[in-house]
Amino acid sequence: MIKAILIFNNHGKPRLIRFYQYFAEDMQQQIIRETFHLVSKRDDNVCNFLEGGSLIGGSDYKLIYRHYATLYFVFCVDSSESELGILDLIQVFVETLDKCFENVCELDLIFHMDKVHYILQEVVMGGMVLETNMNEIVAQVELQNRMEKSEGGLSTAPARAVSAVKNMNLPEIPRNINIGDINIKVPSLSPF
Amino acid sequence: MALKIVKGSIDRMFDKNLQDLVRGIRNHKDDEAKYISTCIDEIKQELKQDNIAVKANAVCKLTYLQMLGYDVSWAAFNIVEVMSSSKFTYKRIGYLAASQCFHEGTDVIMLTTNQIRKDLSSPNQYDTGVALTGLSCFVTPDLARDLANDIMTLMSHTKPYIRKKAVLIMYKVFLKYPESLRPAFPRLKEKLEDPDPGVQSAAVNVICELARRNPKNYLSLAPLFFKLMTSSTNNWVLIKIIKLFGALTPLEPRLGKKLIEPLTNLIHSTSAMSLLYECVNTVIAVLISLSSGMPNHSASIQLCVQKLRILIEDSDQNLKYLGLLAMSKILKTHPKSVQSHKDLILQCLDDKDESIRLRALDLLYGMVSKKNLMEIVKKLMLHVDKAEGTTYRDELLTKIIDICSQSNFQYITNFEWYISILVELTRLEGTRHGHLIASQMLDVAIRVKAIRGFAVAQMATLLDNAHLLTGNTQRNGICEVLYAAAWICGEFSEHLEDPMQTLEAMLRPKVATLPGHIQAVYVQNAAKLFATVLRKHDGETESQAAQETSQLLIDRLPLFVQSANLEVQERASCILQLVKYIQKLQQKNVEVAEEVTALFAGELNPVAPKAQKKVPIPEGLDLDAWINEPPSESESEDEKPKAVFAKEEPKHSRSRHTEVDEKELARRREVRKQEQANNPFYIKASPSSQKVYDAPGVEHIPVVQIDLSVPLKVPGMPMSDQYLKLEVERRQKEKAERKKKEKKKKREKRGKERKADSGPESEEDITPAHQVDIVTEEMPENALPSDDDDKDPNDPHKALDIDLDKYVPYCRHLQFIHVLHIIKPTVYWFPFQKSSKHKKKKQKKEKEEKEKKKKKRHHHHHQHHSDAGGEDSVQNGTVEEEEPLPVSQSHSVSLKQEVKVYDIQGNHQDESKVVVSVIFENKSDSFLKSMEFNVLDSLNSKLQRPEGAGAHDSLTVPFQLPPGVSNEARFVFSVQSIIMPQKLKGTLTFIVKSDESSTHEKLDFKLHFTCTSYLITTPCYSDAYAKLLESGDLKGSSLRLEGINMPFHHLLARICFHHHFSVVERIDSCASMYSRSIQGHHVCLLVKTSDQTVSIDAKCDEPSLLGNVLDEIKQTFSKC
Repeated sequence: MIKAILIFNNHGKPRLIRFYQYFAEDMQQQIIRETFHLVSKRDDNVCNFLEGGSLIGGSDYKLIYRHYATLYFVFCVDSSESELGILDLIQVFVETLDKCFENVCELDLIFHMDKVHYILQEVVMGGMVLETNMNEIVAQVELQNRMEKSEGGLSTAPARAVSAVKNMNLPEIPRNINIGDINIKVPSLSPF
Repeated sequence: MALKIVKGSIDRMFDKNLQDLVRGIRNHKDDEAKYISTCIDEIKQELKQDNIAVKANAVCKLTYLQMLGYDVSWAAFNIVEVMSSSKFTYKRIGYLAASQCFHEGTDVIMLTTNQIRKDLSSPNQYDTGVALTGLSCFVTPDLARDLANDIMTLMSHTKPYIRKKAVLIMYKVFLKYPESLRPAFPRLKEKLEDPDPGVQSAAVNVICELARRNPKNYLSLAPLFFKLMTSSTNNWVLIKIIKLFGALTPLEPRLGKKLIEPLTNLIHSTSAMSLLYECVNTVIAVLISLSSGMPNHSASIQLCVQKLRILIEDSDQNLKYLGLLAMSKILKTHPKSVQSHKDLILQCLDDKDESIRLRALDLLYGMVSKKNLMEIVKKLMLHVDKAEGTTYRDELLTKIIDICSQSNFQYITNFEWYISILVELTRLEGTRHGHLIASQMLDVAIRVKAIRGFAVAQMATLLDNAHLLTGNTQRNGICEVLYAAAWICGEFSEHLEDPMQTLEAMLRPKVATLPGHIQAVYVQNAAKLFATVLRKHDGETESQAAQETSQLLIDRLPLFVQSANLEVQERASCILQLVKYIQKLQQKNVEVAEEVTALFAGELNPVAPKAQKKVPIPEGLDLDAWINEPPSESESEDEKPKAVFAKEEPKHSRSRHTEVDEKELARRREVRKQEQANNPFYIKASPSSQKVYDAPGVEHIPVVQIDLSVPLKVPGMPMSDQYLKLEVERRQKEKAERKKKEKKKKREKRGKERKADSGPESEEDITPAHQVDIVTEEMPENALPSDDDDKDPNDPHKALDIDLDKYVPYCRHLQFIHVLHIIKPTVYWFPFQKSSKHKKKKQKKEKEEKEKKKKKRHHHHHQHHSDAGGEDSVQNGTVEEEEPLPVSQSHSVSLKQEVKVYDIQGNHQDESKVVVSVIFENKSDSFLKSMEFNVLDSLNSKLQRPEGAGAHDSLTVPFQLPPGVSNEARFVFSVQSIIMPQKLKGTLTFIVKSDESSTHEKLDFKLHFTCTSYLITTPCYSDAYAKLLESGDLKGSSLRLEGINMPFHHLLARICFHHHFSVVERIDSCASMYSRSIQGHHVCLLVKTSDQTVSIDAKCDEPSLLGNVLDEIKQTFSKC
């Protein structure tokens, strides 16, 4: 079982949190902080498994994470999951994000947390792995997006226009998007 | 109206959407909290509007804020509103928000049941999917109970996308509502062979999760999984299955033997590291389960160790880590094969990655033997010195202690060495594990009698150099060691060379800076040492030394009497008075040593931690009974202030004591003064008297200041390294001696058995350095032998420990699972009664006539039995014989039977038609074909046959069954009256094809329709319910159940689940329930409970239906 999926950036700012076991909000934040603390002090060339977050899990649980450019993807899993399998799954998830957002970067996750959740929902459900085939995941996500579009979506054209107006006097938000591989790179953003 | 809409959409244009919110937060870095609070105010306004789009937008923003740590539970009701929107876009937002912030304590969850049910049966697969995904995160026991049937239906949905989600969510449902496991299990099992790989993988996933917790119930699935393992190409599925086998093999060694070969093949062939790794893991599990008496698997072990070595040597840190992890599993049973890789593991201790170092440490734990313990610990000690960062160093420290103390100090040959290691460890600054070292010291000193002399000497040195341990920081964990040191010195003071000096060290003023509990031990043990000193000087008349000791105590103890710590204060003042009294006696030349020693007589023995638990409670003793009647309310009130007073007692009592005896005391004081004046040996307690006293005072102690930056070598402390050298020498000497002896022996008994090979030393050859007597832990004489399990009673998986095969005790060959559906949205699983002839057994190799006859008799018996059961199965509809799980219909015959009713959602058009789906499973080794299904129609229920067919014609089952395969077929029945339960007899004919012949076989079975099966869970609101009862159309009946010993909500859950009722209203121990039959009969129940008695008053517009339903309810509870 997967107990929690956390995505946060190099500064520990959460980008997506998904707990499959109930924790109150303050506890969730504490777990994020602890996990960030554990993960961030590790070099990139050490192993991706980490035992003993004290807040989440206990002895049976492990943190399995991957670090892509500015983002950490952390899965907290118990012993029924294959460690290498979960590492692959994280890769699949990130590649899926890359496909769905067309060259994903941290900003996509920042501004479209809901969409990331919808994608994740097609990969993991209730703490169990639902689908590992990327094409299948992407197909389902796209079908649902199409359905949303046919309903007019949440934010229709006028709202967009307004938000553009609202933004006019703001400094242009750089939205560089890179990629080739799945590495998520983010433009020179001041740390959030 | 139109204007309002327009206004609404204009308003919307100025609403922030999620992106605006995020942007806003990013632009308000300095006053983020303030900005967010204004946003929350806006959101609150938006939620008040009628426009669902605005609400959805607000909820979406809340989901984001929830991630940032804001509690959004106040919007739970709005989330439910958005969930119930008909638009997929909004619904999805609602469910996402719900899945992020709903939990079992969210009260609005109970409002969602019908909405979720509606979404689950939505024609749009994505509505269903979104509902399933959301539900998987916030399912509660109530939701699980109410929706279990709906989800179970979805497991057979036409879309694989829904099927796989439904299958996965069943695991969550099982956890919350264990009773659903049994009825759902056949379906779940069926999904293992679903044509869609995703569904298959989901089913494997769920069964693996279930089996991991309660593997024994899933052993029977092993052949199926074995087949999957050899046929599947999906690595995910393979990994799960292989992991599952790892959990199953310990229970069934034969399975393990079968597994070894395919697994080894996979290890050789696969390119996926994850799969390889799991294979190795499972092979290890197999080998562990086979470890007894299977010597010829050394090749497999070698293969595993070899592969793991490759992993460990890999540059990928992940593989290295996993390699070490798996290695530690082999270690447990095959330590020899791992020990040869000691070099590699020690090398990993130097790895830059802490996870890897910790794993290597774990491995070392199992690799030690008597022979290499000292060497390994020496290496670890080196690492301790080098280790930067306290966490890793502390980990090392605990590992060293673990390694040495494991299995009762099994590997320690020289306890002097161990004590010196412990002493060396005390020099770690800032470790948290002082208490651990202390407890080891105590343990060794108490349990190894031979070592006490040495231990005491070491501890005395420690006490003497206590300033090195305490250092500057008071909060230093290492000072815990002094606790042990003081205690050991006091308890075993007879071994002390110079107790006086130790006593002196224990009473230094600096001791007062130690934590209270340590000071308390100091004071108490000072008294013990005092006793020893007195004993030493026993017999010497007018011993100066003894009196000096008394004086020392009298001088120093007042410091402790002033301690803020109650324990210290109390002990010190107690002992001070005692010593004063002794001094008086000494001055009269009375022999006191004997009596003082008697204070501390007797030996402390270690007691096993479980000893108390194992003492059986004597008969007739009720631990819960009051010994004295509990005090009445008023009394306890009076007592409260007393208790407060008692807390301050120590001070008060002393003063009170003086008050009471004031006169007496004054008199005594006079006498004492007189005595003191007359006594030439009495030294007055004035400060100046210290000069007279020539024992060293604190100021005079020559304290050797040792530079702390240099590795500490406490004077007089032997280094553990020396022991290593000594040990090697000793062993060599011993070996030489033994060789001599052996030669002698050989000369004496040449040609006889040669036991010890003089080559490499075997474990047994190493004798401990001293005669070590490890005192075993004491157990009470009448201890109960069994070890009670340490399982967590709160583990949700405990409830899922359900023997799924229990009610198919005979069915080896052909198994039927019968499922009835009412056409269209309603689905039924009907009780299905079946008497099997089990002729398939013939297919077994030896088919002697006799045996067959025997079997036939057997079956006749059962048939008879089932018929008899059939007679009373009118009441017996929902039987829960042996089973704790009531859903399943378990007749004593060989088949699974299940009843379940699904919600019909007001669609009663097809009230007279039911669909029976039957799962045929071939459990024989032969091929089955040409199956024909036939039922003897009754007047009331008829099997629907194709047009033109005769009334007694059979229906062909549209498939064939290879061995071990199951499949499902559906048959339509028309039912006229539903007010009585009914049974239909039926027959299945088929051809058994084996290699040499094919035979025609027949199976008889019975279909059993209970009245309950016709009821449909229909929600009803309390006002409608009241109106219904008032209408007077309903006829009443009632039922009393005695001796029901379950919580009320369980009772209700049971009725809801097994008899398809829904709770209308519940007040304390009283609840009203409602259900509706497929033909529209209303059934109302009023359930009350008090003192194990449950009374059910029921009303229904059809009395006979009601009677039957009540009988069935009664049956349900009579079986629990």
